[in-house]
Amino acid sequence: MSYDLKLRIWRGDATGGELKDYVVVAEEGQVVLDAVHRAQATQANDLAVRWNCKAGKCGSCSAEVNGRPRLMCMTRLSIFAEDEPVTITPLRTFPVIKDLVTDVSFNYEKARQVPGFTPSASQPSAPFKMFQADVERSQEFRKCIECWLCQNTCHVVRDHEENKPQFAGPRFFIRYAELDMHPNDALDRKRMLQDTQGLGFCNITKCCTEVCPEHIKITDNAIIPMKERVVDVKFDPLARWLGRRSRGKDSGPAI
Amino acid sequence: MTTGETLAEELEHHEYDVVVIGAGGAGLRAAIASHDAGARTALICRSLLGKAHTVMAEGGIAAALGNLWPEDNWQVHFRDTMRGGKLLNHWRMAELHAKEAPERVYELEQWGALFDRTSTGKISQRDFGGHRYARLAHVGDRTGLEMIRALQQRAVSLGIDVFMELTVTDLLKDGGRIAGAFGYWRESGRFVVFDAPSVILATGGIGKSWKVTSNSWECTGDGHALALRAGATLLNMEFVQFHPTGMVWPLSVRGLLVTESVRGDGGVLRNSEDRRFMFDYIPEFFKAETADNIDEADRWYDDKRNNRRPPELLPRDEVARAINSEIKAGRGSPHGGVFLDIASRRSPEFIQRRLPSMYHQFKELADVDITKEPMEIGPTCHYVMGGVEVDPDSQVSVVPGLFAAGEVAGGMHGANRLGGNSLSDLIVFGKRAGDYAAAYAKQMSGQRPKVSPADVDHAAAEALAPFRAGRADENPYTLHQELQETMQDLVGIIRVETELKEALEKISALQERARHTSIEGNRQYNPGWHLALDLRNMLLVSEAVAIAALERQESRGGHTREDYPMTDPFWGDLNVVVSLAGGQAKGPPAQGSAASGSVSESGQEPGPSASPGLVIWRQPLPHPPPELGELLEEAH
Repeated sequence: MSYDLKLRIWRGDATGGELKDYVVVAEEGQVVLDAVHRAQATQANDLAVRWNCKAGKCGSCSAEVNGRPRLMCMTRLSIFAEDEPVTITPLRTFPVIKDLVTDVSFNYEKARQVPGFTPSASQPSAPFKMFQADVERSQEFRKCIECWLCQNTCHVVRDHEENKPQFAGPRFFIRYAELDMHPNDALDRKRMLQDTQGLGFCNITKCCTEVCPEHIKITDNAIIPMKERVVDVKFDPLARWLGRRSRGKDSGPAI
Repeated sequence: MTTGETLAEELEHHEYDVVVIGAGGAGLRAAIASHDAGARTALICRSLLGKAHTVMAEGGIAAALGNLWPEDNWQVHFRDTMRGGKLLNHWRMAELHAKEAPERVYELEQWGALFDRTSTGKISQRDFGGHRYARLAHVGDRTGLEMIRALQQRAVSLGIDVFMELTVTDLLKDGGRIAGAFGYWRESGRFVVFDAPSVILATGGIGKSWKVTSNSWECTGDGHALALRAGATLLNMEFVQFHPTGMVWPLSVRGLLVTESVRGDGGVLRNSEDRRFMFDYIPEFFKAETADNIDEADRWYDDKRNNRRPPELLPRDEVARAINSEIKAGRGSPHGGVFLDIASRRSPEFIQRRLPSMYHQFKELADVDITKEPMEIGPTCHYVMGGVEVDPDSQVSVVPGLFAAGEVAGGMHGANRLGGNSLSDLIVFGKRAGDYAAAYAKQMSGQRPKVSPADVDHAAAEALAPFRAGRADENPYTLHQELQETMQDLVGIIRVETELKEALEKISALQERARHTSIEGNRQYNPGWHLALDLRNMLLVSEAVAIAALERQESRGGHTREDYPMTDPFWGDLNVVVSLAGGQAKGPPAQGSAASGSVSESGQEPGPSASPGLVIWRQPLPHPPPELGELLEEAH
């Protein structure tokens, strides 16, 4: 059942690097991360790679496998031909630190900019009365494991470093959507989302949805509805007034 | 490299009141509490924020909210926890835990967590092993993710300083008290000194020393080892939980957790003869509360008042041992497990809604559709009940300024932890540790302990030791693999004196070899170097588990001795305590005798020291006051 797998792994750091070839034994049922670990344990002890759970739950082992952004722990070797080399490179959108490890601090900066959950005046303290049908939309977005594959794939920043300061990215669009759709959140973040977080940059190509390992419908269920809500707020004073009254949201932080 | 000048150049210094090591549920909650109490707080994690092992918790958070069964209350939760722990729990921790868990759960909701709901709009609760009522607040089968996100987002919005991808290798002391911590940035290998009177260990578990484990790479027992080296004591390290249901196939994912919710939501265990074998393994201790026939067991899900719990929902130690016996008796599944079947018992829609990540996990990693066919599962190393001995109220260890919360702390779960009690443990005792650590730091403000430069030099030299030239060529990955095989084969579910002694010899040989690891490359993000440093901790903690397992001559909870198969009331009154020779703040009393059989006048008795490095002794278990003791009687 086992065979010799040809791996090509990008080795290097911020100053540069190259693809290096490794041949490792691959067994039935293994995933790409197993092969990388085998190379690390037997041939390249200092090969840098992030991983934690190896179960698709923590979102640490993101990389590009044959050019496609993936979680290495959820990518079965059986999807590749046994005689073809498997090429693994670091996420392209973020600066390389070493080998497969990149500097993802961009995402943590964007996370700090999100104004947190703010309970409404009508239900200021938990336990809150909320029904399953009302929490389900936000729950979909809270499945996010923060693997940053959507951030890495998004063409707004993938080859456009200059867009990063004013673009939060798909992961944070679903975070804003999650809070906006939370049945008991009172803060309106829609203008902020449009004006400083770059929702308008997105032209709904759905690349983010395609790579999401949690199968979150990022574009359809978060970005498009948020674009619609932003339009309501920005361009329709009546809808804005009604919307705010009916949803009970405050006007949000000063922009 | 270790000279004063070089170090001064590259050393990064930080001053805080409270330093929290570990950013899982306990560390995050501790940091929030410490920050809220006004202490300058640093939160350190070895991975990126939000990736800690808490993220893998699936089933739920146990708290007697009484949302589905109004009969539930803290007294019932206390009783279930103590009985599940085979009465070896520290009663005061179990009491605090049962009383405070509901408030801590509502706090998560206050901070944005979105739990699944009941039909009346309350937090839904699910059934789990050993819990009399449906008690686990949950979000599908990804409750840990919800908990860590809610806490992480709260910590970030409070502006708490987070040090990501930084490993602490040593605690620093001033006299007998904590003075700070020493570590390195994983990215650059540069050293960092934290100057702080309070340090909270929230480093989680030790499972990475076993071959078949549900634990992530971070579970290397760092906190246990840091505590030992700082002079603290470890309690009952022999109690290691093997979760009954880990994946067994493919080999690549062997050990990966299959949540207990599968059984809580109606799943049953069967052997190769299609028999629900758990009915054959109901122990005397749980007979009165466990259904002895299939009809009653199946009625229980809807009517808990008139029926007893199915035996599949006995505490984890019982179920894991039963599965182990079935496999050994030749009634296992093709890949060496048994069958866990929910497909024949619940609708595909129900399974996909309640167990989405299990569905996903089996579909993607094993080509198994759990709505159509049974899963193959077997026991996997999951949790350590033993840990740093702490004061139940404040979580402070025997070393002033050193606190511990969550899995790294001992006492709460006794000999066996109930499912769902871990997540609640994290937030209940995380908050307590944060509160008390902040108060202690404040009290120390006029007389802050000082970090000694000599200790910093020493810590740096230790951290750089694997790079020293002229060493024998030992590969740290190979040593790790050999340790995992040793612990799996010799200190597993079923233990026996000869094998435990063999394990100690092997660990000692590995410790010697670990002094001669060779490291490729430099200090920049170098996993080989990182593993060499982690190995030191894994080996020390593995040794502590093995000598504690050798010491306790009975079978109880997560410690089963083939040569002492019965639970022994003599041991039911004793904790087994381990500390580092020469380094202990509180050691075994000098007047005790090495002979076993009676507890010395001081209430403590030293046992045989199985290792030159570790000292082991027994100490009496604290007893609950009568009003709590009564709750533990079988009739309740």
